[in-house]
Amino acid sequence: MSHDEFQKYDARILTPSFVVLLTLTVIGFALVAVRFIWGLGAVTNMSDGYPWGIWITYDVAVGTAIACGGYAMAILIYIRNRMHYHPMIRSAILTSMFGYGLAGFSVMVDVGRPWNSYNFFIPSKWQVNSAMFEVALCVMAYTTVLLLEFLPAVLTTLEKTQWKTLQLLLDRLYSRMGMKRPERIGDRLDMVKDVAAWLKPRLDKVLIFVIVLGITLPTMHQSSLGSLLLIASTKLHPLWYTGFLPLLFLINCMFIGYSIAILESIISSYAFKRPFETKELSGIAGIIPWLTVIWLSVVIGDLTWRGQLGAALSLDFYSRFFLLDFGLVAGGSLLLFSGRKRESIRWLFVSAALIVLGGALYRFNVYLIGFNPGKGWHYFPALAELLITVGIVAFEILGYQVIVKILPVLPKLHTRQQLDTEHGVVEKV
Amino acid sequence: MGKEELFPSVSRRDFIKTCITVSAMLGLPVSMVSKVAAAAGKSDARPAVIWLHFQECTGCSESLLRSSHPAVANLILDMISLDYHETLMAGSGHQAEKSLHDSMAANKGKYILVIEGAIPTKENGIYCKVGGKTALESLRKAAEGAAAIISIGTCASYGGIQSVGPNPTGAVGVRDIIKDKPIINIPGCPPNPYNFLSTVLHYVTFNKLPDLDQLGRPKFAYGRKIHEHCERRAHFDAGRFAKAYGDVTHAEGYCLYKLGCKGPATYANCSVIRFNDGVAWPVGIGHPCIGCTEPDLLFKTAIADKVQIHEPTPFDSYAPVNLKDKGKGPDPLTTGVIGLAAGAAIGAGVMMAKRLPDGPQKGGDDEKTE
Repeated sequence: MSHDEFQKYDARILTPSFVVLLTLTVIGFALVAVRFIWGLGAVTNMSDGYPWGIWITYDVAVGTAIACGGYAMAILIYIRNRMHYHPMIRSAILTSMFGYGLAGFSVMVDVGRPWNSYNFFIPSKWQVNSAMFEVALCVMAYTTVLLLEFLPAVLTTLEKTQWKTLQLLLDRLYSRMGMKRPERIGDRLDMVKDVAAWLKPRLDKVLIFVIVLGITLPTMHQSSLGSLLLIASTKLHPLWYTGFLPLLFLINCMFIGYSIAILESIISSYAFKRPFETKELSGIAGIIPWLTVIWLSVVIGDLTWRGQLGAALSLDFYSRFFLLDFGLVAGGSLLLFSGRKRESIRWLFVSAALIVLGGALYRFNVYLIGFNPGKGWHYFPALAELLITVGIVAFEILGYQVIVKILPVLPKLHTRQQLDTEHGVVEKV
Repeated sequence: MGKEELFPSVSRRDFIKTCITVSAMLGLPVSMVSKVAAAAGKSDARPAVIWLHFQECTGCSESLLRSSHPAVANLILDMISLDYHETLMAGSGHQAEKSLHDSMAANKGKYILVIEGAIPTKENGIYCKVGGKTALESLRKAAEGAAAIISIGTCASYGGIQSVGPNPTGAVGVRDIIKDKPIINIPGCPPNPYNFLSTVLHYVTFNKLPDLDQLGRPKFAYGRKIHEHCERRAHFDAGRFAKAYGDVTHAEGYCLYKLGCKGPATYANCSVIRFNDGVAWPVGIGHPCIGCTEPDLLFKTAIADKVQIHEPTPFDSYAPVNLKDKGKGPDPLTTGVIGLAAGAAIGAGVMMAKRLPDGPQKGGDDEKTE
């Protein structure tokens, strides 16, 4: 694979959206500080009945599914060998990296006694039969793998950088202090460049193993996210409680992953005013309906087998949420069966949005809405609790925005435009 | 003794089965089965056993013979050399007494003495005589050369029903007379034959006696209360008790505690191994345990008397269940914020969808780039 497929997006970093996102991030992280000083009760509505609130449901269960863009794209590119999708991988991996890193961070915010968490790194304390342990291990390992997968982008930049901003800053600093800038700083900077240049080809050689890990780990823990709820046989509503939870979660994360890759591409193309990657997107969109059809068939088959179809259609509280999540996924996939709609950016956006919403709602249903710990228990996220989640999401978008502007992440436009014209010439001929 | 005629030969399968049962009962690992079998099968190593009956009903011997594995009684006689047993031996009179004396002389210091029944002590023990000698004399003489004494049944262990007041014959258990020999009590009325068999085989296999509790009972059999493994325990915990014999609650199989069951105070393994090939035992067929392995319970308390239970006490009420509202539900501010945000997001999505181009785009044909 070549690093020339990517380019950084040259634009101002300080935009209005940057300021808004930064504000939300600061509020969110200030509330995280409140949580660590005054405890969980100060910011959350979680209780003994609902020990898992919006943080686990959104930041971990939904967040990692949304962050499965990298996973889904890696399967497509490296397993199914569709290398022409390769230009899309870096932005997918970047979002995955943020998604997973912050999911791990959310867990640390969520656990009641974070000071015990060092035990996780002591193998003799491991409970290897625990699904939760597996999720924790995989999330941590996968975040590392994603960092490694993303490292080439950083190394390429380091290798080619002239350190202009830094040089300027240093010069200004030293002239302020009335001193001459020592030579050795320049040497040090050159050394960093040399190391990056030395490391990059070596990393490229082993990267495929890292990528294999990057495909294995999510397969393991995304199904485990479903297994986690298997323990709650009496608490999870029968509409969702099934032995197929691990399988459903695995397929669910794949179609969410592809859909989110489409959404990300469309939104970033739209926001950064770049041409849409219609060809790649409609190709990916062709895969989604197959996944959703398997998923929907498992759901229906399982409900029939367990005799819960009547409950699904009873239109009570739970049934409505079930029908909504089912309908959103089914509706979005139905649109994607049409070849013409797959070519249309608008319909791609609508259907991908519907599927992501439906898939995310499914996870909400399993973790929160269909979960009833017993008579009298209530849960609804507190405002502060919600703002922490918002802050984390804002930080994710903020990071994405900034990093695509300083590192080569987005597909290279130059080659595309060239090819477009070449293609046009061929057509004319 | 002519035991071949009395008892047909034992098949190897039955023999091994019994050895496995006994090893399991003793809590030995599977690997020990072969050792038990070897020890039990070695004819030279068969310990001589002398079995004396005193003030008793022969119920213990009957229990042993009627143990439902038909091979068990055979095995006892094949594994041990039962040289003298008043109710089982073919010989009688002087012939029988000679056999007793011969064995005592030949196996001096090595034989196991089994005592069934209590020993009367009043008036020099004249209330029980065999072959012209009082039980007291016979016991003392037989005990002199014994390696160990097994008191089978509650009478031999603690005196049993004979010793209940006013105790006209001054009946006592073996342990009240013999002080200088190891005594193993296998109490019960009757005791489970496997407890006896396991004790003997433990001695044969390891050449030592099993661990005993304060009352001289082997811990492997008398280490736990009936109540701990009772099949009706769930009813006890749930507070469901049989109120009277023949009552609906009794027919339903509820806990027999209120009918006087002594299970909560009785150390024995009846609830686990049961009688008659493991199919039946008193509590299982609807009769309360009478505490026959406990010196202070059998014949000392009425069958209908309830024992004091110190722990655990049965529930007199259920734990309170808090059905009030717990946890915080939605508040107007949060729902408002969520509503606004969701509305804005959906609105923005719709607006964006509207602005996005419909229809196929002239995009890059990357299929050919790689």
